[in-house]
Amino acid sequence: MIEKTFVKRSGPKYWAWMILLIALIAVGFAAYIYQMTVGFQVTGMSRDISWGLYIGHLTFFVGVAAGGVMIVLPYYFHDAKAYGRITVIGEFLAIAAIIMALLFVVVDVGVPTKIFNVWLYWTPKSMLCWDSLVLPTYLVLNIVVGYQVLQAENKGLHYKKWVKVLAMISVPVAFSIHIVTAFLYSGLPSRHYFLTAVLPAKFLASAFATGPALIILICLLLKKLTGFDAGEKAIKMLATTAIYAYIATMIMMAGEFFTAYYSGVESHQIALTYLFAGYHGHNEFVPLMMFFIVCVVATLVLLIPTKLRYNKATMIVGCIALFLSMYIEKGLTFVIGGLSENPFGEIVDYIPGKIELLVIVGVFAIGLFILSLLLKMVTVVKYDNDEGAFPNKPDRTRLAYRLNEEAGTYVDTRPKPEPEAEEEAEGEAAETAETQA
Amino acid sequence: MENMSRRKFLKLGALSAGLVTLAGCATIQKTPIGGGTFEKSSSEEKVGKWGMFIDMSKVDDIDAIAEVCHHEHNVPTIPDKRHEVKWIWAEPFQALFKEITHEGIQEKYADVPFVATCNHCRKPVCVKVCPTQATFQSENGITLQDMHRCIGCRNCMAACPYGSRSFNFVEPRDYIEEVNPEYPTRMKGVVEKCDFCYDRLSKGQMPLCAEKSEGITVGDLDNESSEISKLIRENMTIVRGESYGTEPSCYYKVSLLEGEA
Repeated sequence: MIEKTFVKRSGPKYWAWMILLIALIAVGFAAYIYQMTVGFQVTGMSRDISWGLYIGHLTFFVGVAAGGVMIVLPYYFHDAKAYGRITVIGEFLAIAAIIMALLFVVVDVGVPTKIFNVWLYWTPKSMLCWDSLVLPTYLVLNIVVGYQVLQAENKGLHYKKWVKVLAMISVPVAFSIHIVTAFLYSGLPSRHYFLTAVLPAKFLASAFATGPALIILICLLLKKLTGFDAGEKAIKMLATTAIYAYIATMIMMAGEFFTAYYSGVESHQIALTYLFAGYHGHNEFVPLMMFFIVCVVATLVLLIPTKLRYNKATMIVGCIALFLSMYIEKGLTFVIGGLSENPFGEIVDYIPGKIELLVIVGVFAIGLFILSLLLKMVTVVKYDNDEGAFPNKPDRTRLAYRLNEEAGTYVDTRPKPEPEAEEEAEGEAAETAETQA
Repeated sequence: MENMSRRKFLKLGALSAGLVTLAGCATIQKTPIGGGTFEKSSSEEKVGKWGMFIDMSKVDDIDAIAEVCHHEHNVPTIPDKRHEVKWIWAEPFQALFKEITHEGIQEKYADVPFVATCNHCRKPVCVKVCPTQATFQSENGITLQDMHRCIGCRNCMAACPYGSRSFNFVEPRDYIEEVNPEYPTRMKGVVEKCDFCYDRLSKGQMPLCAEKSEGITVGDLDNESSEISKLIRENMTIVRGESYGTEPSCYYKVSLLEGEA
């Protein structure tokens, strides 16, 4: 099936895009080699801000991966048929996002050659150990489930029962990856911005907003580029899921502000003050956080009213604003903001290094490369097997079939399927697949 | 085999390769490198919990102590403040004790340099978060760092409430003026910290800082008749960041009495 990513209907735009990504991967790889040669001094990290953009991105992309579950859960547990066509997109997005998250760990680690010490000296009380267990588990589950489902569709069959079982198992695992990632922070006693019980819930809520918003954008982009139609109902349901989860996230964020400023406990205020208003002359993040507020307002205004939410143009802008706001909050400022007050009461600046940014670009390129390959495979398989997915498909065989049938000249030369009761439902699809084979 | 499709063949191949790798992993033996056993020096009394008592009125020059310590342990002198590696250093009182608001104490000490180092907590949060047990607590309560096992994830640095840990952001060997062959140098990419002169203790010697300065006393906190326990009982002492539940073992003497520094 993977061969479909190369041969079928690959236009020059596809190839140009993939070559661009490969070039960016090469640049990122070179930057990484440079970083490992001269040391982490090329990053913005310091002895005070020991985790920076890499770990921030890890956190964000774990969220994106977990967000895919907002399709998988309703489809496999609640039989939400509208998602049937795009569950595999949710699973494949999770694959790309988890690989990016894992790569952000690899590029962040000082001695990557020793990284498997984490498994060799298994330490259950360390949250990173649990991260190293649940992230690969979720990756493998999504690869197996996504590939099996698509392969079954490619053969015109229904996926097997054990695939559904695995898909159902992947749901709690999706929750666990982001909970464990939140525990990485919320268990640190002296980092007041992190030390909050609401963190796992806030992470999950923001992930369940970000994931669906991104999937909407991907689906609409696929429609523009390939003609693939995810289905209006699915898109609308996703938009509704996204905005509900987003409102939950915002309530929790507002709660953080309330607790910090109403209680008056200064240690809880410092990170928020530093990020949003500047603290003791340090205000590097203020413009970014103002942009964050603009994005939040735009998201709420454009996605809460049903009319605007279901209008394509405003929905797109709303989803982009939603994605950007969560990327700023979780990916760019959460980790750095929480660490910027050092143990000696000073605010330490974080100035990202050029090399660091290139490494990040490289990891993004790897993620996009994998996602592009997988989505290419999805659209090609859907094109051949899913009748409704491409409304504008110029289908000559179907036309010929109808004309023949109307004229009464149709002769079925295809081999008859085994007369099994079970197979009857899928009979038609199976026949098509066989004719193709 | 003849009925086997290429796909099946590849799948089977990958599976067997994976199994062979796993089997290989299982046979790795966790024996200590060199196979030797660690013998305790007989002169060392059994210590329950090592701790430190610091009387700043008797410490003259923190930088001199730091120099001796850093030379002995091959700690590099890195000019960029953001990438410094330090095991023991001077920090103004108010930076170490933000939460102490007593006016008299603030007035007297605010900008006075105090000794800052690892607190060798009873409940070290750095040890808890380390994913490889590269940082661990010895049986007599010293927080140690295995710089060979450390993968450089810096979780311990994010966790430590006292800023006592250093990551090697640059190649440390380029910044050591004269290498002490008795102690290993480090590679870049690993975390390091004060080791309470563990090797010296095992030989019956005091940690270098305590030997160098009479203001620093080390001893057994669990032994009520030890000198350090007496000092802590008889003086007004404070510890850093008490509220974090880490139970630091460095006690600092403060006093508002006339004539006492």
